[in-house]
Amino acid sequence: MIIGTPKETFEGEARVAMTPDSARQLVKLGHACMIETGAGALAGFSDKDYKEAGVTIKKTANALWKDAEIIAKVRQPSSEELGYLKKGKTLISFFNPAGNEEGMEAAKAKGANVIAMEMVPRISRAQKMDALSSMANIAGYRAVIEAGSNFGRFFTGQITAAGKVPPAKVLVVGAGVAGLAAIGTSTSLGAVTYAFDVRPEVAEQVESMGAEFVYLDFEEETQDGAATGGYASVQSEEFREAQLAKFRELAPEVDIVITTALIPNRPAPKLWTKDMIAAMKPGSVIVDLAAEQGGNAEGTVKDEKIVTDNGVTIVGYTDFASRMATQASNLYATNIRHMMTDLTPEKDGVVDHDMDDDVIRGATVAFEGEITFPPPPPKVQAIAAQKKPEVKELTPEEKRAEEVAAFKAQTKSQVTLLGIGAALVLGVGLIPGMPASFMQHFIVFVLAVFVGFQVIWGVAHSLHTPLMAVTNAISSIIILGALIQIGSTSWLITILAGLGIFMAAINIFGGFLVTRRMLAMFQKS
Amino acid sequence: MENAFTIAAYVVAAILFILSLGGLSGQESAKRAVWYGIVGMAVAVLATLVGPGSGLWLASLVLIAGGAAVGYQLATRVEMTQMPELVAIMHSLVGLAAVFVGFNADLMINYIADVYAARGLVLGAVGEDGITATGLPKEAYDGLSAFGQLIAKKSSVEIGILRVELVLGIWIGAVTFTGSVIAYAKLAGSSSMLPFEVDTSARKLPGGHMLNAGAAALSLIMLIIYLTGGGSWALVVLTLAGLFIGYHLIMGIGGADMPVVVSMLNSYSGWAAAAIGFSLGNDLLIVVGALVGSSGAILSYIMCKAMNRSFISVILGGFGGPAGEQMAVEGEQVAIEADGVAAALEEASSVVIVPGYGMAVAQAQNNVAELTRRLRGKGKEVRFAIHPVAGRLPGHMNVLLAEAKVPYDIVMEMEEINDDFPDTDVVIVIGSNDIVNPAAQDDPNSPIAGMPVLEVWKAGQVFVSKRGQGTGYSGIENPLFFKDNTRMFYGDAKQSLDKLLGMLE
Repeated sequence: MIIGTPKETFEGEARVAMTPDSARQLVKLGHACMIETGAGALAGFSDKDYKEAGVTIKKTANALWKDAEIIAKVRQPSSEELGYLKKGKTLISFFNPAGNEEGMEAAKAKGANVIAMEMVPRISRAQKMDALSSMANIAGYRAVIEAGSNFGRFFTGQITAAGKVPPAKVLVVGAGVAGLAAIGTSTSLGAVTYAFDVRPEVAEQVESMGAEFVYLDFEEETQDGAATGGYASVQSEEFREAQLAKFRELAPEVDIVITTALIPNRPAPKLWTKDMIAAMKPGSVIVDLAAEQGGNAEGTVKDEKIVTDNGVTIVGYTDFASRMATQASNLYATNIRHMMTDLTPEKDGVVDHDMDDDVIRGATVAFEGEITFPPPPPKVQAIAAQKKPEVKELTPEEKRAEEVAAFKAQTKSQVTLLGIGAALVLGVGLIPGMPASFMQHFIVFVLAVFVGFQVIWGVAHSLHTPLMAVTNAISSIIILGALIQIGSTSWLITILAGLGIFMAAINIFGGFLVTRRMLAMFQKS
Repeated sequence: MENAFTIAAYVVAAILFILSLGGLSGQESAKRAVWYGIVGMAVAVLATLVGPGSGLWLASLVLIAGGAAVGYQLATRVEMTQMPELVAIMHSLVGLAAVFVGFNADLMINYIADVYAARGLVLGAVGEDGITATGLPKEAYDGLSAFGQLIAKKSSVEIGILRVELVLGIWIGAVTFTGSVIAYAKLAGSSSMLPFEVDTSARKLPGGHMLNAGAAALSLIMLIIYLTGGGSWALVVLTLAGLFIGYHLIMGIGGADMPVVVSMLNSYSGWAAAAIGFSLGNDLLIVVGALVGSSGAILSYIMCKAMNRSFISVILGGFGGPAGEQMAVEGEQVAIEADGVAAALEEASSVVIVPGYGMAVAQAQNNVAELTRRLRGKGKEVRFAIHPVAGRLPGHMNVLLAEAKVPYDIVMEMEEINDDFPDTDVVIVIGSNDIVNPAAQDDPNSPIAGMPVLEVWKAGQVFVSKRGQGTGYSGIENPLFFKDNTRMFYGDAKQSLDKLLGMLE
């Protein structure tokens, strides 16, 4: 199939859905690649780079849409682009199906297939094509960088010759992919980072990134995040109040606030209210990653940076990913490439649009003249269940009781074994007519077995092979028997004994020598 | 046998042998301990040569020298990957020697009986007290070899016990002999030296265990016939039955159960020596036989415990069928190339390598060691995790790694390292499968449920070096390969590591 990527038409969009690297991988799947001239320019990929990767360059968008069978792009298609759709073509891009009735109808009318990248189910198998997470990761990183460039101080605390600099305090609201990326960036820049999320089970992840989780003094049956596809859900009014009270308490202290709270297909919740902004120190920065859907902070202006009366900067950009176009394009193109890998199971360049596959079905919003949105719930549960059965801490008494019980059990088994052993030995002795000469040897035998058991348990596991070799050598002690017999008057006995001596000697020398060889190899570092 | 010096020397030898086994508790003391064993053996052989009963000094020494030459060749030429084969074939020699010595004892009994008969006397006839044997006239007694004298003094009860002992020695020796030969062939993967085909899979003749049971019953009947004066032919039939059991029993056991089989045969060779010791009235043989026998038994026990299987089920061969529907495996195996592994290793600070039989097959231990050196040179913590049944011989992996000059103090046992996996960045699994299978813990219906396994999946990332997508010898699907943090590094282990080493300069 021919996979084509047009230049993004959206104003200011710098990303591109195919990179020279991803094109090389796509060719390995048996596909041919083409791109509109200049499509990668803003992301730092020249037409020459693409050419070297074996990509055909098309002069116009029209020509590209005409020739390509699969079109991969980033932004939701414009109405003009929707016009290019045709039966048999497949479009892979962000599509916002829930808010893009017009686009879906257009695809239905034209009979084209549409795979919406934001609809990739959140199951572990599909993580490699989860473009929302890729983009959120970049947005989280960039949010901290934007905050830093608008913030007049260091992130990290320093004691310089010129005086002490306190570390910046950063609060990240919402510990999703973007939030975690922001936390990671902020802590690695040296800021004291706090994070809040309505799902207390993410506290562990937050703390593992080096931030402090802000707990609320609030008891509620919180929903398991796994039940809602890993996203946060709407909270009760009491919970919201407790949350805002906590924020109010933190507002005067923090220097930078990064809000990432989004609930799918709803306006963003207002979490950072006017009074909190008013309470913040002048020079503080708020980066609102939810600006696209109205913003978490009151006063956020979409796509703009504003400064409030008390000197707080509020950044409401929505194009964080596009501001890091090279990185974003790399990740997005890789997501697309993984999607193509799943669509091309045989790696022969033939696309198998398998509507029984959870991931492909979930992401497909229009298929052969039908609207297939919303998809049925995936068969596989999103994200592993977070709650582990708690291991009960034992009290000292219980531990003591356990030890006593273990000791008793051990004593019992030992006494039983000793009893059985003694009974067997005594039983042998009680057999009528058992000659004393036999019993003398028998005692030696039993003692030797006992010594053997005591000694062998102490052998290190790593020396089991040398142990076998050495026991092999010494079990050739049977040579003694043959040595005693070889002097017999019967030629048959002499021959058999001679063979026995020969074989045992092989074993003795072979066994000891190989043991020595092995042991010499064991070296300490 | 009456010589006090010989018996005193035997005591010294026995103590040295015990010390030589006890010394194996640590790598450094073991280097000393092997010398105890060597000195003990020298003392025992010399004391026997100067003691009563031995003759044909020159012939004995020549034979020992010949054996020494062969043994030297074997020991110096063997590859460390072939250790299981060497151990197996050496067991077979002990078994065969036990059979020969046992037959000699029987021949001697017949010979003494003839001496008695020639004088109109009966071997084993007792005097008036009912216990002491009447024995031979002095001139005839003095004409016998020491072993002959020993038999000539015995009463009929003692002769009976002697016969039971030598039958045991011969029978166990016979089972050990054929069993070890088959084990050797299975381990070596070739049957060119044998008249029949052997491969690593478990196979039985039609009739299965009934044939074994039949052969065992036949042995028992022959024992009774022999004891009631049936003659030496019964002994020959009994030996043949023993040989058959050894052959058929081991044929029915799959390649991966070989650690248990080899330890079991090790144990048998000891018991055979002990039984022969009884029949010859030689305490040193009894002591050493018992030491070796219990050592092999403990090793078998440890191996079985490590597979969570009973000894009986291993010996009777094959895995039991699954107890129910096995859990379906979710997800897909994601392949990775050497550059991806190299990148992950560059970033990791702690690495654990889990070697298995596949490493031995691919002869990749030197590459593994080189990888270890490079990673340690970069300041990373590298350790090895050894499952008790990794490889085909207890402790096999340790020896291979030692050969490749991996320091033994970074080679850990399962119990030592299993708790450390959650703090490990990267785990590399090379040629092992069932010992890292999480189904053993998660799936109660899995055939290996309950087997202790290395919990590698708890590490940050797992790379599995494997030849292809197939399941292990047991045919059990391994969910580890489908986990999110697992990447499959397909290809021959040695070549894969070569590629990887090229990228880790």
